[in-house]
Amino acid sequence: MKILVCVSKTPDTTAKIAFTEGNTKFDEAGVQWIINPYDEWYSLVRAIELKEANPAATIHLVTVGNADAEPIIRKALALGGDEAIRVNTDNSDAYYIAAQIAEVAKQGGYDLVFTGKETIDYNGSSIGGMIAEMIDAPYISLATKFDLNGTTATVVREIEGGEETAEVALPLVVSCQKGVAEQRIPNMRGIMAARTKPLKVVEPAAVDALTSVVSFELPPAKAGVKLVAPDNVEELVRLLHEEAKAI
Amino acid sequence: MSVLIFIDQTEGHVKKSSLEAITYGADLAKQMGTTAEGVVLGTVTEDLSALGKYGVTKIHQVANDTLNHLDAQLYASVISEAATASGANVIVFSHNQTGKAVAARVAAKLKAGLVAGACALPDTSNGFVVKKTVFSGKAFANISIQSTLKVISLNPNSYKTVATEGTAAVAAFAATVGQPRVKVTTVNKITGEVPLTEADIVVSGGRGLKGPENWGILLDLAKELGAATACSRPVGDAHWRPHHEHVGQTGVQVAPNLYIAIGISGAIQHLAGVNRSKVIVVINKDPEAPFFKAADYGIVGDAFEVVPQLTAAIKN
Ligand SMILES: Cc1cc2nc3c(=O)[nH]c(=O)nc-3n(C[C@H](O)[C@H](O)[C@H](O)COP(=O)(O)OP(=O)(O)OC[C@H]3O[C@@H](n4cnc5c(N)ncnc54)[C@H](O)[C@@H]3O)c2cc1C
Ligand SMILES: Nc1ncnc2c1ncn2[C@@H]1O[C@H](COP(=O)(O)O)[C@@H](O)[C@H]1O
Repeated sequence: MKILVCVSKTPDTTAKIAFTEGNTKFDEAGVQWIINPYDEWYSLVRAIELKEANPAATIHLVTVGNADAEPIIRKALALGGDEAIRVNTDNSDAYYIAAQIAEVAKQGGYDLVFTGKETIDYNGSSIGGMIAEMIDAPYISLATKFDLNGTTATVVREIEGGEETAEVALPLVVSCQKGVAEQRIPNMRGIMAARTKPLKVVEPAAVDALTSVVSFELPPAKAGVKLVAPDNVEELVRLLHEEAKAI
Repeated sequence: MSVLIFIDQTEGHVKKSSLEAITYGADLAKQMGTTAEGVVLGTVTEDLSALGKYGVTKIHQVANDTLNHLDAQLYASVISEAATASGANVIVFSHNQTGKAVAARVAAKLKAGLVAGACALPDTSNGFVVKKTVFSGKAFANISIQSTLKVISLNPNSYKTVATEGTAAVAAFAATVGQPRVKVTTVNKITGEVPLTEADIVVSGGRGLKGPENWGILLDLAKELGAATACSRPVGDAHWRPHHEHVGQTGVQVAPNLYIAIGISGAIQHLAGVNRSKVIVVINKDPEAPFFKAADYGIVGDAFEVVPQLTAAIKN
C-alpha cells in the first residue's frame, strides 16, 4: 500500500501577523516556521500508524514550496515516512498547488492521499478536494477517525452538529483533523534517520494559477474592553441588549 | 449569465448558512446585473419557492434520494452540470462542512478560480477581487480571481440574511446522478443542541471551570440564551467536554454574534478560532488574562458566582 501525505509549511501559531511591501506580502521577519499542525499531528501520524500496522506500506511526503520548506520536510521525515518529494515552486493559488500534488499522486499511484483539514495561514480547506477531483478519487473531508480494512476505509467525518460514518473503497483522498490520531514528538532515532532519507526535488508542471493575492489587511483594532463590576451583571445584560444588540 | 448558489439541506431542511449564501449570491447578481439561481440536491420537505424572498429567482432541484448523503464527487458533478445549464459565471457555496468538501471539487472540475472562506461581496469595479479571512481570522486577504468562471465559498455567519418579498420558480433538473462511491452507514447528530458553527450565540468554558462536574452553570446560561456550547482545547483534551466543542486554531472556528468566554485565558491559538465573533464577553477572575484585550465586554470575577447571576439576570 502506498500513502501520500501532503505537508505544508506555516508560520508558528503564535507568530505576529504583519505585512510589508504595501500590505502585499506577509512579513516573515522573525517568524518561526512549523509543519501545518493538521498535517503534522493528524494526517502524518495516522499514516505512520497505518504503516506500523502494515510494515509493507510506504509513506511519501509531498510539499509544494521553495528550498526554505526543506527543514519542515526533514522534521516531518523525523516523525516517520520513507521519502519526501518537494515540488520546487511557491505559488499560493490552491488550484496550482493541487495540480502539482495531483501530478505527483498520478505518477506515484497512491492508494491513499492524506491532507490536513486546512492550512492555518491560508485556511482554504480546499487542496484535498481539488486533488481528489484531479485524480478522479472519492474525497472525505474533515475526518475525525480513519480505519482501514483491506482496501475499504471506514471514516468518521464532521457534519453540521455531529458526525457520520462512511465506507469508501481505495483509492481515496482524506482531509484529517483532531481525532484521527494523537500528536507525536520526534525522537532522536527519527531525527538521525531523517537526515539520510531521500528528498526528491521535482520541477513544477506547467499549470496556470487562477487566483492571486492583491493585498492583505489587518482587522480594525478593538475599541477596548468595557468592564462591568461582578456584582452588577444586570448592567452587562443591558449593554448586550441595548448597546451591542447581541441578545 | 447568472450567479448559481448551492443550497445545502439536511433532513429535508435548508441550512441557515445556505440562506446567507443565497442572500450573498443574490446581492452579487444584482451588482453584476444578472440573476441569482439556486441548485438543491436531494429530497426536500420545505417549500423551496419561498426561498425567493432571499433573492433567488429560479431553483433547479435534483430530487434524487441518492443525494441525501454527501458524496463530494457526485455533488460536484451534478452542481457542475447545473452551472453549465444555467450559464453561471459565479458559483456560491457556504464554507460549511459540505461546502468545504464540494466547492473545491467543483472549482477543479470547471477550472474555476476559488476563494474559500469569503467574508464580503466581491469588488467588481476593476477585475474580481474577493476578501477572505486568512491566518485563522487574524487577517484578511483580497484575492483576485482571473478565470472566467469563479467559485466563492462564504464563511458562515459573515453575511446577514435579508428576507423580502418574492417567490422562486422551482423546476426539476435532470442531471446525471452516478453511483455514489461513499456509502454513509451511520449519522450521529447531537439532537436538541444548536450546531456550533451555525449558532448566533456561543457560550464557551475553559480550564477555569476546574472540572466537568462544574459545567452545569455554563449549560444553564447557554440554555437561557439558546446558545451553542464550546470549550478550550485543554478542556476537550481532558474529555471534560466532547472534542467537537473545542474551538481555536486547531479546533472549530466560529463567528457568532456573541461569544461568551468563561474561565478561558485567551491564548493566541484559542483566539484564532473566535476572533471573527462580532461581540466578545470575557468572564475571568484574573484581570491580566490576555482574553480581555480581545474582548468588548468583561467581568473580572469568579465564574462560579458571576455566571449563575448572569443567567438569572437574563431570565428577568
Ligand atoms: C500549536 C498549538 C495549537 C493550539 N490550539 C488551540 C486551540 O485550537 N484552542 C485552544 O483553546 N487552545 C489551543 N492551544 C492551547 C492554548 O495555547 C492554551 O493552552 C489553551 O487555550 C488554554 O486553555 P484555557 O484558557 O482553558 O486554560 P488556562 O490557560 O489554564 O486558563 C484558565 C483561565 O481560567 C481563569 N480562571 C480560573 N479560575 C477561575 C474562576 N473561578 N473564575 C473565572 N476564571 C477563572 C484563569 O484566570 C485563566 O485565565 C494550542 C496550543 C498550541 C501550542
Ligand atoms: N504547498 C503545499 N504543499 C503540500 N501540501 C499542501 C500545500 N498547501 C496545502 N497543502 C495540504 O492541503 C491541506 C489544506 O490546505 P488549504 O486548502 O490551503 O487549507 C493542508 O493541510 C496540507 O495538507
